[in-house]
Amino acid sequence: MTEQTPLRKSSLISDQEAENITRVEELAYEIKVQEVMTPNPITMTASMKMQEVLEQFRVARISGAPIVEEGQLIGIISIEDLIRCLIKSDLEAEIQKYMTRNPFTVKGDDPVVEALKMFVSTKVGRLPVVNKEGLLIGILTKGDITRGLLKALQQDYQTEEVRRYRASHLFEDIESERTSLILRYNIKAGDFTHGGEASSKIKRALSRMGASPQIARRCGIATYEAEMNLIIHTTEGGVIRVEIEPHQISIDVYDSGPGIKDVELAMKPGYSTASEKVRELGFGAGMGLVNISRCVDIMKLESVWGKGTRLRMKIFLKKEDTVGEGHAAKSLEEKR
Amino acid sequence: MKLNEIVQKLNGKVLNSKINLEIEVKGAGGADLMSDVLASIQPQAILLTGLCNPQVVRTAMMADVLAIVLVRGKTPPAETVQLAENERIPLISTPFGMFEACGILYQAGLSCLEKPVSDQDCFAG
Ligand SMILES: Nc1ncnc2c1ncn2[C@@H]1O[C@H](COP(=O)(O)OP(=O)(O)O)[C@@H](O)[C@H]1O
Ligand SMILES: [Mg+2]
Repeated sequence: MTEQTPLRKSSLISDQEAENITRVEELAYEIKVQEVMTPNPITMTASMKMQEVLEQFRVARISGAPIVEEGQLIGIISIEDLIRCLIKSDLEAEIQKYMTRNPFTVKGDDPVVEALKMFVSTKVGRLPVVNKEGLLIGILTKGDITRGLLKALQQDYQTEEVRRYRASHLFEDIESERTSLILRYNIKAGDFTHGGEASSKIKRALSRMGASPQIARRCGIATYEAEMNLIIHTTEGGVIRVEIEPHQISIDVYDSGPGIKDVELAMKPGYSTASEKVRELGFGAGMGLVNISRCVDIMKLESVWGKGTRLRMKIFLKKEDTVGEGHAAKSLEEKR
Repeated sequence: MKLNEIVQKLNGKVLNSKINLEIEVKGAGGADLMSDVLASIQPQAILLTGLCNPQVVRTAMMADVLAIVLVRGKTPPAETVQLAENERIPLISTPFGMFEACGILYQAGLSCLEKPVSDQDCFAG
């Protein structure tokens, strides 16, 4: 970084900062020790002289080193041990006289949070990192953890931020009488394993485009119920088509059969023709179409028995819900 | 109440690996019908359920559910665990039954985030 960010005067934590803190906590669970440790550290053997410790520490600018015997970790020597030795002018002694035997260790595939706990409970400055076989693979300091977390935080903040930025400015630079984005998904009949995948993608796309959590949720629930109906009730599956415009979201779900005999009856809460097997999966409560009607502003269900079904839904976006236009566009609107 | 307190009170087993249990839970709801979950559970609640297919995770995502508790000591299929892992939704298994698990959390002061849908008359036959 070239620019110094000014220190914040307020002691209150902003929402953005709070979000970052919890993300750091999450990362501490996700990132493994071996991703942030210093691999292949300088090691020494128990029979080396303390004089050599002094030299190595000075030359390599380190303050501790693991002691190994045939790859196996047997101890650790730190700057504190060196100081004790210097006080006694005992640099000719062997390392084994001053080293700490059986030091605390962490495993390479432990999450970083385990190492943090260990640092807190043991008050040591560095932890040797071992693999499953107990062989030394690296060394870890609190500084390594901080650096690793910061790097990861910056990386994932940037990727999501770039995605969000690109998506939320989607409509800004495009000039047309009416701009829209169309998402289309083919849904297979009976494909329970992937049930809800399309709806998740739709929900995520809307969030990235800057839709409010409420709008993303309403849209997600409505498409999910419709998606499950295609999976449960149709013979050939069907299509979900979502058109996103700055002022509205139009969802069109259609299939080619079997159709619904009595549309009015199908809309009744609790009415379902779902099989026992489907009910065991937690569907077939007969509440899907009712749920949809609660989530959308306009809903139109048309069906011809033997031909197919078409469900059209619309969610209108108020100014503050507008998707696809960046924050700047919103404040411009307000000034008008 | 923190999620890890809930895990503790329910004698729970966390089934995914990359999970932060330090998050604050606002309340809970219990249901086995996915449409009921979608209709009545409010955002940021935890969901107690007897179902363990992948759709539970999808449903949770749609309804902004914070964590899923599988009651009666169920072990879900690998697909469910994988999906929960990918989507970073905590998946917890408790040996307690639905009635017990809800009772324990309710008594511990966790609020109800299940919205009544009493305006809906149900189809009867
Ligand atoms: N795409 C569709 N094709 C054929 N029938 C459908 C379709 N969607 C809904 N239905 C009929 O409408 C009924 C009610 O649907 P819904 O309210 O979603 O409840 P559920 O899916 O739980 O049965 C279904 O049981 C089914 O008979
Ligand atoms: Mg349905």
